[in-house]
Amino acid sequence: MTGIVGYGAYLPRYRIKSDTIAEQWGADPVAIRKGLQLFEKTVPGRDEDTITISVAAARSALQRAGINPQEIGAVYIGSESHPYAVKPSATILVDALGIGPHVHAASYEFACKAGSEAMYVAYSLVKSGEMNYAMGIGTDTSQGAPGDALEYSASAGGAAFIMGSENVIAEILYTHSFTSDTPDFWRREGEYYPRHGGRFTGEPAYFRHVLGAGTALLQKSKFSPKDFAHAVFHMPNGKFPQEAGKRLGFTKEQMEVGWVVPWMGNTYSGSSPTGLAAILDVAKPNELIFMVSFGSGAGSDGFVFRVTEKVKEVQGRAPKVREMLDNDKIYLNYGQYAKFRKKIIMND
Amino acid sequence: MRDVIVLGVGMTKFGELWNRSLRDIYVEAALSAIENAGVDHIDSMYVGAMSSGLFVQQEHLGAVLADYLGVNPIPATRVESACASGGAAFRQAYLEVASGASDIVLASGVEKMTDGADVTEVLATAADQEYEAFHGITFPGLYALIANAHMHQFKTTREQLAQVAVKNHHNGAKNPNAQFRSEVTLEQVMNSTMVADPLRLLDCSPVSDGAAAVIVASTDVARKLKKQIIRVKASAQASDTIALHNRRELTTLNAVSKAAEQAYRMAGMKPSDVDFAEVHDCFTIAEIVVSEDLGFFQKGCGGKAVAEGKTAIEGGVIPINTSGGLKSKGHPVGATGIAQIIELYEQLTGRAGERQVKDASVGLAQNMGGSGASCVIHILEGL
Repeated sequence: MTGIVGYGAYLPRYRIKSDTIAEQWGADPVAIRKGLQLFEKTVPGRDEDTITISVAAARSALQRAGINPQEIGAVYIGSESHPYAVKPSATILVDALGIGPHVHAASYEFACKAGSEAMYVAYSLVKSGEMNYAMGIGTDTSQGAPGDALEYSASAGGAAFIMGSENVIAEILYTHSFTSDTPDFWRREGEYYPRHGGRFTGEPAYFRHVLGAGTALLQKSKFSPKDFAHAVFHMPNGKFPQEAGKRLGFTKEQMEVGWVVPWMGNTYSGSSPTGLAAILDVAKPNELIFMVSFGSGAGSDGFVFRVTEKVKEVQGRAPKVREMLDNDKIYLNYGQYAKFRKKIIMND
Repeated sequence: MRDVIVLGVGMTKFGELWNRSLRDIYVEAALSAIENAGVDHIDSMYVGAMSSGLFVQQEHLGAVLADYLGVNPIPATRVESACASGGAAFRQAYLEVASGASDIVLASGVEKMTDGADVTEVLATAADQEYEAFHGITFPGLYALIANAHMHQFKTTREQLAQVAVKNHHNGAKNPNAQFRSEVTLEQVMNSTMVADPLRLLDCSPVSDGAAAVIVASTDVARKLKKQIIRVKASAQASDTIALHNRRELTTLNAVSKAAEQAYRMAGMKPSDVDFAEVHDCFTIAEIVVSEDLGFFQKGCGGKAVAEGKTAIEGGVIPINTSGGLKSKGHPVGATGIAQIIELYEQLTGRAGERQVKDASVGLAQNMGGSGASCVIHILEGL
């Protein structure tokens, strides 16, 4: 049996409401709240980046797994906001958490699906017998240009998953990936903010790939949507994952726990992984979980998990996603937000 | 000048045609018109397109499309008159056949708007760049000025504007080629996102891809092919000041009333002889103003008329935009004027299905560019 043996998530305390952003730009707050189902989003603190977020999430994952960090054979961090263009993020993490130096480490990038990609490779290495444990992390301090539609969603956070074959809390039963060259969203070298194809990011990009991976995964697993207790999809806004789930045959109730985007925003590579962490926080033994990520460019990774008895032991060992979403929030005004996100030009 | 007959029509579905290129959709529409007309060749072709250069970085459309349609070496010319490009292309084809220079001509229009261009910016090039666009006003803004003036002067209401969208979506829901085959309620229109006060999102026509084509020919060709005779009774065109602020008044579109006068004179008809019309409802207010300037209703009464159902297919006196109009059918700019002619043809040949206007024998198509700086009107009669 191979699957998740430990998981952890981290979300910054800072928040900005979509109404505050709409007010700044003279946009219609109701259209954002009701149309896109986005209420507020997380904002990284001035001393936070995808490495600090990864370390916090990975520390929780280690607490839940209860393993010796030295036993981890690989660490992969998937993100589109690695602090360095050249220099791996994972080297800082392995030293910070006492993993390695006998470890394989790499930074991944595939727009919003880099996290599930890291999870997939970590899982495959353990399954192949190459190592006992491997860690996959999805995290972002997402970029969105001021005034762009992305500004309402681009948020910060991430989740880490340790894959192993003993004391598994959620077995991975099936995986399926779906990839094509679909340029719906991109950021060129040296550019600060991503660009996107507006409505082109919908049907030909998000829906084609999420539904492509999701349909194939259902066929491969021979499960039907009603067999699952939970389903989670990449969450660029509140509307898309609900629509994708509905088209695949899932109900609102099945998607409720993992649908964290209205209060979290889109943590890009951390989006569906954090939704999965929120599900694992409350999952019961033998429940089936359906997950499909999405990364622009474009591709989707799908997973079917079966929760084991072991989950009950580990759920309480580290902070839960819902607790981080609901408690200890600090709301920012747009000026503070602009300062935190380095949107103000200053002299050195 | 000799009589000109509309021999056959063809169009693509309008909408976000993400996985097809401009030339793909054009060839589909043109081949379907050629097949529908039953002709074995065309003598020349006109393509209406507003801004293929800015939308998809391709100019020289006449040559590109003649090549991909496989009709070289016939003459192929692109016609541009902003949103009236399709109507203007049809008029050129009409004149070529009417003059006797050609017997069978393809009149067509195409626009591919969803390939990534900044659509609002591209469309604004149809306004006065130096005195309007450079100062930041967009088309929704210009039509909002017209709407505010009309509401002030004639007590036209916000609800009446919304009724135009409700009616056109009701019609478009029955059109298999429409981009939005869905009804909208008065409340949905009134509560949609504000774009330019008083115009809201559902007052505006959408961004669309699409192509439309018709074959026009001489009466001899039509008789030989034993086709139903759908005759072009009038073709008229007029222009007005490019900038809205240079007009004597904002609530009348002079190019529309001037072209209408010419068209009625040429057809020997008056507005009440027209059974139904396709008009350029790029924004809901445009349909109201145009329905007045075409003489269907007294100046200032267009809003009331739509609210009273006078422009509806069922129970109306002059059904307007039976196709769903630009609002619901979609507005791939260059294709719009040709698609209007196609709706006239479908109605006059009794092929409009659920949208059919009973006993329709005279239809009028009104296509305009910018904030009404150019206007092309055609009247078709089915015999």
